[in-house]
Formats: sequence, structure tokens, C-alpha cells
Amino acid sequence: MRFVDEFRDAEKARALSAQIASLCEPGRHYKFMEVCGGHTHTIYKHGLEDYLPEGVSLVHGPGCPVCVIPMGRLDDAIAIAEEPDVIMTTFGDMMRVPGGRGSFFDSKAKGADIRMVYSPLDSLKIAKQNPDKHVVFMAIGFETTAPSTAMTVLRAKAEGLDNFSIFCNHVTIIPAIKAILDSPDLRLDGFLGPGHVSTVIGCRPYEFIPAVHHKPLVCAGFEPLDILQSVAMLLEQLRQGRAVVENQYTRVVPWDGNRKALEVINEVMELRPYFEWRGLGFISHSALKVREEYAAFDAEQRFAVPGVRVADPKACQCGEVLKGVIKPWECKVFGTACTPETPIGTCMVSSEGACAAYYNFGRFTRERVQVAIRS
Amino acid sequence: MCLGIPGEVVELYDDRPDLAKVDVSGVRRAINIGLLEGDDRPVVGDWILIHVGFALSKIDEEEAAAALAFLEGIGQAYDDELAALADSLIE
Repeated sequence: MRFVDEFRDAEKARALSAQIASLCEPGRHYKFMEVCGGHTHTIYKHGLEDYLPEGVSLVHGPGCPVCVIPMGRLDDAIAIAEEPDVIMTTFGDMMRVPGGRGSFFDSKAKGADIRMVYSPLDSLKIAKQNPDKHVVFMAIGFETTAPSTAMTVLRAKAEGLDNFSIFCNHVTIIPAIKAILDSPDLRLDGFLGPGHVSTVIGCRPYEFIPAVHHKPLVCAGFEPLDILQSVAMLLEQLRQGRAVVENQYTRVVPWDGNRKALEVINEVMELRPYFEWRGLGFISHSALKVREEYAAFDAEQRFAVPGVRVADPKACQCGEVLKGVIKPWECKVFGTACTPETPIGTCMVSSEGACAAYYNFGRFTRERVQVAIRS
Repeated sequence: MCLGIPGEVVELYDDRPDLAKVDVSGVRRAINIGLLEGDDRPVVGDWILIHVGFALSKIDEEEAAAALAFLEGIGQAYDDELAALADSLIE
């Protein structure tokens, strides 16, 4: 795999590491947020913190769609799944996410017809095969998956299906970044922008970050060298006193995004006035719902959902993890009461959740070693 | 679910311009290519990045190899995604 070696070359990594060190002002501490769970995964998997000088730290952001679903919405989904003659369909990632009344797995064990699918189009096929049932698709994700859900609704309409709807939980990344920037908990120096979300929305929507908050953002790829190079690009901007949006991941991310994908989202969905995010609370205009013209495909219109807000378990600190305020291992229940097999919080469920990534790679991070030395 | 997985377009369908047969690590399934228009519309031999059954962007072979290496490093999550894709019934 010649190509891959180019992204993993240890020599290049060391050269970037040296470049990063030379760009840091002595005595200054830099804190950058990686917004996307995919980046978190690469950082732990390859131990990238070891390539960064003491003064540079990376904190995790809210970019794991499974992690940010609040418990109340899962309870609503389970209530729909337990309606008579309903088949609930969902991505496998959602099955173990705990709600206030258990998970999809628990509900399935009690007799609800809940099926895992790879694509919303698979849900559509199940609807066609089961004309006497109503098939609901548990729609989750950022702008990476919203176009797929929207395309599926358009197809259901074109085919005249009347036994298919979506339970729409799509969220949008920009308001979450705004909420983090407005949060007093955290002082950030810049962002590693999400790769795949940006293939859809492009780079322009991030321009408020330098314009209003005077912080740089670099859209980053997922290989170790991509992330190190993006960190160097952030530091270079800071050293030059600049703050702009840059695109390191030009191999995949077009500056203007995918226009067609944005059009189909806009055709089928509109912004909700507000939506609850696990750990971040209610954020205005941060999620999508089905437009009135497509109400026949909106599970929230077809079924009575409890719509009850459920507080996260007291022991769970997913909220602080999602805001980058604490590292996963600083959570009281990390790796003890909360593990991927028996998750208390969502960050331990998804493979892109920061806690699961930490847990799976079991790294003793720099900070952890230092804490151990101090104590 | 969140993983973008690379695949190579192996066949286009005359009667279904929104679909393509795509090879993902040896698994061949129909993938919706309706979100790629104009210059981005793939032809046989092109690589695409797939999210939940839809191609979101056209990529080159080098990026496909990089994306694949990232996914293989993830391990179980990619195996689960491939297994889910293998069960997929997109039509």
C-alpha cells in the first residue's frame, strides 16, 4: 500500500512534529478542538499527542451524532417502536444507546420489531415488503447523513409509499460550534474542522469563527499526518496573527460543499426552533425536522410521542466530555461502571465516541501519566 | 454509520441513473449516486466515498487507499459497517 505509507511515514510525522514545536511561542499554551469523532479516533489510535509539544493540547468536540442524542428522544423512538404494527429501523450504532427506559435492544427483547439497517434505503425496501406494517426510520446524524435521509423521503414520495416515515433527529454542526464558543467553560485557540460534514456544507459556514471569534479553523483529513499538518497550519496562522478558514483536506472537501446534497436537505427538512443536545442542553436552530409538505413521512406527526425531557444519569459526565471540558478518563465512571459493553453514557457507545476510543486503545495519555506521577 | 467508506464503481445501470454497482473491499452492492451531479457524476472505474448507501463525493485512488487504511485501523466498527453493507438491499 504505497499510498498509505505516504500518510503514515514516521519520518514525515517527526518532521511535522518538529515544525509544530518551532511554531509554538515559548510558554504559551494552545488548546485546539477536534470537532469530529473520526479525528478523536485517529488521535488515540496513533498516539498523536506524543508528537505534540507540551504546550499543545487537543480536546474533543461534539461531533459524534450518536453521542449527542438526548435520552428523551430515544424514549420517544422506543415509544413509536412499541406501537402496534410498527417496524422501527435504525443504524446499528443506536441499538445500545441507553434512554430513560432502556435501549432499542431492551425494547426488541421485549417484543418490539426493531431492525438494524445499513441505509435509509433499506428501510424503504422493508416498507415495500411489509405493506401491512408502518416502517419508521430512526434518522440521526449531521449533514453527512441528512442528505441520504432526505433523498429517501423524496423516493418514498415518488413511489407513493404510505407506510414509511422518518423520526427525524438530524442535527447541524454550526450551532453546536457556536454553543461551544459561547460557553464560558472553555478557552480554545482554534478548531480542526470536521472532514466528512464539510464535504456537504463546504468551508464557508465556518467563516464566522474567524470573523466573529477571531479563531482559525482548518478542515482536516483523517490520517495521522493530516491531523499533524492541520495543527501546524493552525499554529502558523496564530504565529502570523491571522485567523481564517483553511482546507487541509482538499482531497475530499470542496470549498463550496455538495450543492445537490444541500438542496435535497432544504427541500425535505427545515430548522427546528430549538433542539436538546446531550450535554450541551437546548441549542436554537440546531436540528432539522420534516417540512409540512412532507408531513406524511414524519413519524412525529403520525405518532403521539411522549416528548418528555429526561435528565442524564448523575454519574455520567458525557456533557463535559462532549464540550471538551474533561478528558474521558477524568469521568468518575469511566472504565468502571461505564464500559462499551454496559454503557451509561453515549460517548462510550459509539465507536467514534471519545470515551469508547479512549477505552479501546487504553492509552496512558500524557496528562494521565503526569497526574500519576504527581499523586 | 458515520464512517465514509471508499468504493470503486464497477457498473452503471441504464434504467436506473441514480444507482451504481460499487465494490467495497470485495462486497458488491448497489449504491445511490443521485447526490453527485455534473462533473462529479462517476463513471466505471471511479472511486467514491459512501455514507449510508449514498455516494457523497468522488475521490481519487490515493485518497481511497488512505480512507481504507483508516477504516481498517478502526477494526470492529468497519467490520460492522461492511457486514451491514453486505446485508443491504438498496434498489
